[in-house]
Amino acid sequence: MTKSVWLGTAVLALLVAMAALPSLFTGADPDATDLNATLRPPSAEHWLGTDQNGRDLYARIVYGVRPSLLIGAGAVALALAGGVLIGVAAAQLGRVVDQVLSRSLDVVLSVPGLLLAFLVVAVLGPGAGPTCVGLAVVSLPVFARVVRTEVIRIRVSQYVEAAHGFGLGRAQVVLRHVLPNAFGPVMALATVSLGAMIVAGSSLSFVGLGPQPPTAEWGAMLAESREFLALAWWPAAFPGAAITLAVLAVTVVGRHLQDRIERRRA
Amino acid sequence: MADVLKAPPAPAVEPGRAAGRRRGAARLVLVRLAASAAVLWGAVTVTFCLLRLMPGGTADVLLARSRVSPEIRAQIIAEYRLDDPLWVQYAAYLGRVVRGEFGDSYVLRRPVWDEIAARLPHTLLLILTTLLVTLVASVLLALVSANRRRWVRSSFAAAESLVVALPPFWLGLLLLTLFSFTLHWFPAIGSSSPMGLVLPTIALAAAPTAVVTGVLRQGILQALEEPFVVTARSRGIGEPALRVRHVLRHAMLPAATLLGWIAGSLIGGAVIIEIVFSRQGIGRLMLFAVQNKDMPVVIAVVLLTAVVFVAINIAVDVLIWLIDPRTRETGRWA
Repeated sequence: MTKSVWLGTAVLALLVAMAALPSLFTGADPDATDLNATLRPPSAEHWLGTDQNGRDLYARIVYGVRPSLLIGAGAVALALAGGVLIGVAAAQLGRVVDQVLSRSLDVVLSVPGLLLAFLVVAVLGPGAGPTCVGLAVVSLPVFARVVRTEVIRIRVSQYVEAAHGFGLGRAQVVLRHVLPNAFGPVMALATVSLGAMIVAGSSLSFVGLGPQPPTAEWGAMLAESREFLALAWWPAAFPGAAITLAVLAVTVVGRHLQDRIERRRA
Repeated sequence: MADVLKAPPAPAVEPGRAAGRRRGAARLVLVRLAASAAVLWGAVTVTFCLLRLMPGGTADVLLARSRVSPEIRAQIIAEYRLDDPLWVQYAAYLGRVVRGEFGDSYVLRRPVWDEIAARLPHTLLLILTTLLVTLVASVLLALVSANRRRWVRSSFAAAESLVVALPPFWLGLLLLTLFSFTLHWFPAIGSSSPMGLVLPTIALAAAPTAVVTGVLRQGILQALEEPFVVTARSRGIGEPALRVRHVLRHAMLPAATLLGWIAGSLIGGAVIIEIVFSRQGIGRLMLFAVQNKDMPVVIAVVLLTAVVFVAINIAVDVLIWLIDPRTRETGRWA
């Protein structure tokens, strides 16, 4: 493991800890307003300054880890589950099902990702849950295609033939032999897309379609900072830096996992 | 990559070369058009199903959150044939979409097309300038960074990873803070002047430029190892000419396959960037429509971008076919 992978892992661990126990990292209440201390620059009292309502930005960023990571991880988990179902069905249930499913995925892919997520949120209404679903719908086709390709590749391997020879049913073969072997590439895709999901999720909350105020969420914090750009740079700078740091950490670790899986297969 | 040595492939029938190329391109476009028409039909069907599946009747969904008189409501029901059987509704819906009739926005009370037509040029202009900047910047950066010294390559690669991780809307906010509010070099609030276009273009072009630069550099470094480089050098060609005339063309191919992805991300990205810079455009129209559940606008924008996106992907396929003669022989796209 290189230095950057260690660093990425450490940042990721820190973020997960902050998401799990934010009160361990800050004593301040993220929602406590103080109208006598609005838009204060970073100081010893408020490490990253305060926002337009006098709320402590460091506390809000720490408490913002949870929604940001949860939306990203939730979207990946949903896309993964849907992708496995559709991918396996397309690979296993015959040509007609394969054609119908594959062409349906083409339909989903014909709409640019973010606009598709907008459409989903338009139907379901704003919030963290709909944002998750919207992002999952956008990335599901990619997961389904990878799973389908993997299942078709593994299906012709000798150990699967052997399993059939032992008289295992088709469902059992898929569950016990095919899917575990498709695990690597699919997980690599999942970690790499987590970074993109975090950015996309914060974009949706930035335009006001994600978690609603006063929830401390990075994208939503940036949206609020927009009104005060002429007065204060810190409310706009730090939440964005948090997103960038999280995405970098996830990407570095994800790429490392991907390389390892590829090397093991080679 | 050894088949490069065999290039250029001599066609069997020499006089028909240009005509054959045209016919091949026509066939490619036709096949892709048919497939795309099917995909778009699917997209229209999905929007129809969405309207049906949304909680409440279709009329309620179409009219949600806008207070309308019973007359307008009756008009909607007649327009969408909501009292008829499902297949009649579907046929009517399909017919309206094909004729480009998306009806009126229930919030803005104006025809959807008028709203889109008024804003589309602003969005297209932003996307075009971004594409141009991405292309020029990534070619230049890739040529500079495809260097034998390792530290040059790795520092460029590190910078690219960082830029890709930057959320474009945050980059936009930072640019606004620095160049508009602190230095006052550029207008802060969305103006349609050329100066107002600079910062949004940079914010939108940064990530695709980083990605394309990386891919191009990889291609250039790989192409520099090819035998044809030795041949070209032995003919006494200078290093800049070698890179621009021979190596770059080779490296363009993997980058060209990215164009479809870039177009998709630019269309989505433009929506967000327009909101950051308060620019008039499809993005703000779409956001306003989503917030107000103005479904005619949402559906029209989604289908319109799907058509544009699909058209761009066909264009990219044709472009790749034109850049790389090898894809023609193998019939990879047929």
